[in-house]
Amino acid sequence: MKNLKYILVGTVFGIAFVKTEIISWFRIQEMFQLTSFHMYGVIGTAVVVGIISVFLIKRFKLKTINGEAITIEDKKFDKGQIIGGLLFGIGWAITGACPGPLFAQIGSGFTVVGVTLFSAIMGTWVYGKFDQRLLH
Amino acid sequence: MLEIIKQPWHWAVGGLFIGLTVPALLILGNKKFGLSSSLKHICAMCIPASIPFFDYDWKKEIWNLYFVVGIVFGSFIAAHFLSNPDDVIVTEATKTTLSQYGITDYSHLMPTEVFNWGNLLTMKGLLLMVVGGFLVGFGTRYAGGCTSGHSIMGLSNLQWPSLVATICFMVGGFLSANFILPLIFKHF
Repeated sequence: MKNLKYILVGTVFGIAFVKTEIISWFRIQEMFQLTSFHMYGVIGTAVVVGIISVFLIKRFKLKTINGEAITIEDKKFDKGQIIGGLLFGIGWAITGACPGPLFAQIGSGFTVVGVTLFSAIMGTWVYGKFDQRLLH
Repeated sequence: MLEIIKQPWHWAVGGLFIGLTVPALLILGNKKFGLSSSLKHICAMCIPASIPFFDYDWKKEIWNLYFVVGIVFGSFIAAHFLSNPDDVIVTEATKTTLSQYGITDYSHLMPTEVFNWGNLLTMKGLLLMVVGGFLVGFGTRYAGGCTSGHSIMGLSNLQWPSLVATICFMVGGFLSANFILPLIFKHF
């Protein structure tokens, strides 16, 4: 099954999420209260590793394991990155989770986060419904 | 070896694993790391309601949902077989602030005194779990990505709109953690 590999990458990623404690509401509070370097260290390291990886992939024109070219689209600026970004930031500190950690919190046994996830899906749906009427 | 894995991981180790997800997905299938998209695909799959925003072939993006299934599976493994019994180590300054919210239990990664089924239908529970979740889903889609899509994937590809988004995530988080959360805990 060709999607099995994504389950495997997700599994390793999920273990790293929990063991680094970035799915912890406490770690998110520390980050935004500026009392611990932990989250900055995790995100900073991930970004540096990502920048080097993308640079090497482009520099050596690496292909996928199936020989397909690797292409990364540019992100276009949209006012949503400011307004939506602020709204998400508020929700991030409240729930202690961005979308990935929501799934990891549920997997770790915090079943009530299923409600938070459902609400996030509803938030996405409401955004989609009013997409064209919002400031872009 | 297992004993080392069971300890909380150093930030550099965790960051390395999370950062390596970017090239892993690119090399496995030219896939871009991003997790808020999964919420969009779930909408497109389950409740498209003829909304143009959800009118696309979500089956082509199904890898993203498999990735999410992996995250649930991995976090289950980590929590059940690789956990350590100690309390979460939290800085004293934050513990002092949280004690004012009535949070003193550090035995889980989440404050179970607040995030539990019994609290769900209280005003505090609704604000923290339901409204908070809504803001995460609405905000990430409006911003076109979340911490993974913008802050990690976008910054890895040196995209300035992703830097704008990341700064706004942080500003929103600072406002929320230092002004909104104290109000919620004070009044509810």
